[in-house]
Amino acid sequence: MKNNNTDSRRKFLDKGLKLGLITAIGAVGLTKIASKLTAQTDKNSGDKMELMTTDGTIVVVDSSEVMEMEHAGKIDKYDVREGMPNRKFVMVIDLAKCTNELKCQSSCNTNHFVTGDHSWLKVYKMQEDTDTAPYWMPTTCMHCDQPACVTVCPVDATFKRRDGLVLIDTERCIGCRFCMAACPYSTRVFNWSEPNQGKIIMDMGDETNRPAAEYAGLPSIKGTVDKCDFCPHKIKENELPHCVTACPNGVFYFGDKYEDTVTNGEETLVLSKLLADKHGYRLMEGLGTKPNVYYLPPVDRLGDFEEGLERYTEFKSVDKPK
Amino acid sequence: MKNYDKLLHDLAPQKFGKKGVIWTISLVVLIVLGIIAYIDQIIRGQMVTNMNDYALWGVYISNFVFFVATSFVGTVAVAVLRLTNNNWRTPIVRIAEIIAVAAIIMAGITIMIDMGRPDRLLNLFIHGRMQSPITWDVIIIPTAMMVCLLLLYFPLLPDFGLLHKHYEDKKPKLSKWYGRLSLNWTGSDAQKALQHKSIQIIAILIIPVGFMLQTIDAWLFSTLYRVGWDSTNLGAYFISGASVAGIGALVCVVYVLQKVYKLEDYITDLHFDKLGKFLVLVCLIYLYFNLNEYLIPQLTSKKGSTTHINVLFKGEYAPLFWFVTIGGLIIPVIVLLFKQGRKPLPMFLIGLLVVAGSWWKRYLIVTPTLLHPFLPIQGVPESWHHYFPSMHEWLITIGTLAMALLIITVLVRYVPIVPIQKTADEQEELQLNKITKS
Repeated sequence: MKNNNTDSRRKFLDKGLKLGLITAIGAVGLTKIASKLTAQTDKNSGDKMELMTTDGTIVVVDSSEVMEMEHAGKIDKYDVREGMPNRKFVMVIDLAKCTNELKCQSSCNTNHFVTGDHSWLKVYKMQEDTDTAPYWMPTTCMHCDQPACVTVCPVDATFKRRDGLVLIDTERCIGCRFCMAACPYSTRVFNWSEPNQGKIIMDMGDETNRPAAEYAGLPSIKGTVDKCDFCPHKIKENELPHCVTACPNGVFYFGDKYEDTVTNGEETLVLSKLLADKHGYRLMEGLGTKPNVYYLPPVDRLGDFEEGLERYTEFKSVDKPK
Repeated sequence: MKNYDKLLHDLAPQKFGKKGVIWTISLVVLIVLGIIAYIDQIIRGQMVTNMNDYALWGVYISNFVFFVATSFVGTVAVAVLRLTNNNWRTPIVRIAEIIAVAAIIMAGITIMIDMGRPDRLLNLFIHGRMQSPITWDVIIIPTAMMVCLLLLYFPLLPDFGLLHKHYEDKKPKLSKWYGRLSLNWTGSDAQKALQHKSIQIIAILIIPVGFMLQTIDAWLFSTLYRVGWDSTNLGAYFISGASVAGIGALVCVVYVLQKVYKLEDYITDLHFDKLGKFLVLVCLIYLYFNLNEYLIPQLTSKKGSTTHINVLFKGEYAPLFWFVTIGGLIIPVIVLLFKQGRKPLPMFLIGLLVVAGSWWKRYLIVTPTLLHPFLPIQGVPESWHHYFPSMHEWLITIGTLAMALLIITVLVRYVPIVPIQKTADEQEELQLNKITKS
């Protein structure tokens, strides 16, 4: 009874702030009347419920006082440009474990129907200088917090979401390729011709026969830009992106910055501790793009660099069907 | 009374001879070829070009930058000479205005050729965002186009009025057109005052508009991280480069028109001499900015800059780079320092060299930078390590250049290229001076 009253008052305060003082004064009376009305209906219900309050004490309330509320984490319906509420996606790539197996790349290519000459996920053969050791470096879109591509897009076709993802509205893109020139990580690919992806099997969102919000950017369209999307369609199903699950060495960790947790499917780690312990870094930090992909330096390696060389193809990243 | 008869006889637009007709037809053929190639590009996508995910911009963009630069002639030759009271400009300003109009129209068209989805052009207005340099371009190009057109049109009003009377009996249809275009010009004092004021406003307006246009064009590149573009020097660099391209083009067109229309009485050696000195000045300014752009990064030798500049100085693009720098800037400066070098024919040859150098210079600004990104080029076809335009790109680019020349050709066919009224006024003034002196 008392709880209900404070609840309504809180509601009134919320609204009162918006509607102004005069409305608020009137509302005090109304709330009191309303609470009295609900109190009368309460008498008819006999079921009691045990609930825990925010300070940890158990209270018993009449079940009719319990209202169904919309869940904050519910992502059945969300604005594709806003993203998933209260999430901030992040990836950690452990260079010590990468041996250029390229399973991530082929899985990404298959699941995103990449048909051009340029995959979204690449494994670079890197060597900073002649006197430093070479290593394999997988790259995805960095999903920057200060994305240069988004700044320069003239039509808001590529956009930054609150959950950290940078995505592309291929229905809007005009194909000026300014975003590609802006991206210092060369991560964006262009559909120079008809993508020819065959039949794409995916969850069509509604009767309009257009892909669900999670599939922003698919299918590919001639004359527009594509790139790694951090697999929002997998995240929605509470699953990990394709590259994470495909990697046999557990190189990729995916997670949520707000939860400070990342997982590669086998082990789940505390993000801040992992980055601090293993000296995590981001690519081209000096540019100020603030990527959401972190790298762990290639120390205490899992395998030899040379092992990966036999799988290295300098001029190919997408397997074409013969 | 003013000697209009002789002036009109000399300066009224003339019908093309055989050469003129062949020239026009060849231009039309080149344009048609370009249009066919463009239609094919729309159908098959931009795979018909040699652009790729690394060389993501190519000759379309560098050609666009060239057109934008050339349109600067309207600002530098018309407005600046006007403000500095250089009276020798009279017979060449209209030619400069015509070039500016042709170049800015073609700049607007060529940028669309580069779009992957030209069918979504309206998105630029529906979803336009102010933070994108492309939106700035979308605003400044039509503005500059309007200002250039008005700067050509306002001074033409009295001449259209004269031509309206001139053709009244001989060609009534043509005369009617000139009459309409002259907006009922009678030459009354009120009209003259209004026209004078309008010209003054436009001539001043074109200076900030021209500077903005070139600067925004430079910012299309300097707002990006890429080595070779990420430079605070770029705005001034583009403005000075545009002066070179514009005056180079002006020299060429002035020479051709003087010869074809036999205008030796009006466009004299003095004009070539002055234009030559002006060209030296802008070439020297551009050389200065080139020093800033290339030598200072080379001196501090940051890794990325060294790679980029070595490609230009002694790598893949060295022949082109030295052609552009020596042929397009240093040789013109040396030749034009001599009085003999500023005679019409050598000036024409130097002008051609400067225009060719300016065109390839834009190619060198766009392409090499894109081929040296921050991360190495891996996992893409070997051909993606290089870029040279495909047949489609050449046909389309030549088509746009031909279209610019056709616009100039059509304008010089129907518009008096040397201002008749102004020449008459100046001759009268000269006469009066002589009388008062003697």
